[in-house]
Amino acid sequence: MKILREILWPLTAVFAAFVVGGIIVVAIGDNPFQTYYQLIGNSFGSMNDTGYTLFLATPLIFTGLAVAVAFRCGLLNIGAEGQLYVAAFATAWVGIKFGGAMVTVFGKEENWSWFSLPAVLLVGLCVLTAVAAGAFWGAIPGLLKAKFGSHEVINTIMLNFVAIALVSYFTQYYLKIPGDPIMQTAEIGKAAQIPRISQYVPGMPDFVPLSVAFLLAILMCVLVYIFLWKTKWGYELRAVGENPTAAEYGGISPKKQIVIAMTISGGLAGMVAIGEVLGYRYRYYDGFSDGWGFLGIAVALLGRNHPLGIFVAALFFAVLKRGEIFVDIETKYVSKDLVEVLQAIIIIFVASLQRFSKR
Amino acid sequence: MSDVLTPTFLLILIFSTIRGATPLIFAALGGMFSERAGVINIALEGLMLAGAFTAAVVTYELQNPYIGFVAGMAVGAVVALVFAVAVIKFEADQVVTGFAISLLMLGLPAVVSSRIYDSAGSTQQIAKEFLLPEFWNRLPLAAILAFALVPICWYVLYKTPFGLRIRAVGENPEAADAAGVNVIKLRYSAVIISGILAAAGGAYLSIGQSSLFTRGMTAGRGYIALAALILAKWRPFPVLFACLFFGFTEALATNLQGVYKLPSGEDVPVQFIQMIPYVLTIIVLAGFIGLSRAPKALGTPYRKES
Repeated sequence: MKILREILWPLTAVFAAFVVGGIIVVAIGDNPFQTYYQLIGNSFGSMNDTGYTLFLATPLIFTGLAVAVAFRCGLLNIGAEGQLYVAAFATAWVGIKFGGAMVTVFGKEENWSWFSLPAVLLVGLCVLTAVAAGAFWGAIPGLLKAKFGSHEVINTIMLNFVAIALVSYFTQYYLKIPGDPIMQTAEIGKAAQIPRISQYVPGMPDFVPLSVAFLLAILMCVLVYIFLWKTKWGYELRAVGENPTAAEYGGISPKKQIVIAMTISGGLAGMVAIGEVLGYRYRYYDGFSDGWGFLGIAVALLGRNHPLGIFVAALFFAVLKRGEIFVDIETKYVSKDLVEVLQAIIIIFVASLQRFSKR
Repeated sequence: MSDVLTPTFLLILIFSTIRGATPLIFAALGGMFSERAGVINIALEGLMLAGAFTAAVVTYELQNPYIGFVAGMAVGAVVALVFAVAVIKFEADQVVTGFAISLLMLGLPAVVSSRIYDSAGSTQQIAKEFLLPEFWNRLPLAAILAFALVPICWYVLYKTPFGLRIRAVGENPEAADAAGVNVIKLRYSAVIISGILAAAGGAYLSIGQSSLFTRGMTAGRGYIALAALILAKWRPFPVLFACLFFGFTEALATNLQGVYKLPSGEDVPVQFIQMIPYVLTIIVLAGFIGLSRAPKALGTPYRKES
């Protein structure tokens, strides 16, 4: 009964959002059924479609988990976007500097790397860097809240702007190949690149960028579940989220938990870099994130801040993201921004219906 | 250094500060009504975007910035009403919902503009003569309006029964209710006022400072206005000064580009200059927040005892 109720309200919210979205589509002059068919119908038909949908779900699982861990501690982390930007750049930096990366500058080969680590060590180091960089950027608003009481929402939003500008600066002046018109770093060393799923699954085309990062995302769902509900640390974190005053009487320091939660949250957001940098583009690319950090909020809310729910919600939003391009091409007037609108409306409905689900 | 601090440069900096502060003053004063009544208004960013987009479209179509400005405010009121219904009637989390409203206003203008102008993200360029006027090419009409609003808002908030009730509802809704104040109705009106004012700030951005709407053109100003409001301890005159401070950081950012050189002789990287307002917001919030006290009932939905 409880599980049914847990599922019923998110579904109601999604349905209501689609109704409102449908009204917008009609107002614009398109057929809502056809639009929704394009939006959803291209996600799991073939190996190609499935691969792409799971690829798009990967960053959403990470950011969904990131937002959920913060939520469980009573914090809203709107900074996942900045955290994953910092992480992606740092990962690319390590992948170049320790990956034996050779770069062609105006026709001449240059060695940009300091060391050439073997693949196992290098990938390990890159993964650690992704987590550490994200965690660092997440810890800042945590510390600011714990020390000064300044609101994490404003600080994380400000830090998003700072992160994107900072990373763009370092890309432009340190890791961009001179003469490259695109704001992106050089390619990371071959040894840093992680395998794609297409190597193991017959029938999946090589160009599908779904990598083993997806498996890591599933693993993280399990680990976050164990952390939150089966460990003392997770219990303390949730206790602060439920009632900080009571937690403090129970000997738990809310300030410490706030810093811990934001650090873990940032680290999870940073993991987006693993799939995007090590498994897909093999470089940091300015503006690579399609709002993954913000979508993470919708994913966490729709998934009721539970890893299993987040996995399903991430798949759902990945389906919409996959359908975006088909909506753009196949419908007459509706643009792909419809997905962003749906995402916002879903958040509003989930938040508005929350009260009923608690009864 | 000395070749930079000329009287002309200072004059430019002063007017640039006023222009930068103008949208923030509108938004922060709007946020003040909502927050003094007990409703956290992270939606300011979205409300500004709603005003900016509507004003740009209406001004372009009708070639009249005044109608555009008012239309922007009207749509701001409507969007604020949606926000109000969610957080007041359905008791949705105010921060989450406010952020969702801001997210909605990133996507919705793009959907609409790609339908009417075939360009997702921006509207058509408005000719200069149809923009909101600026006096002596420096001082925008909207800035005068914004400055004038400060004493007006102060008067409304502190000298009228309406303002007294708003403050009561934000501090102690139970007592206000017992005294016969309609808490729910007051919160609705406070949030709608915040929508109208924030949208006015956004409208100035698209049909005053700029001449078209671009996607996400507020660039965090709604959140900075919120920071200004906190810094100002939710009071009208300090709001003015806090907004001027943030306007100054923006003025520095725009006017310092290409002026200072690094020791190596290169320009200061544009990315660092862009960061200034955001970094200062974080620092100022951290430094001053301990001194400010939020309205007591801020963020708590009100449910009448029955």
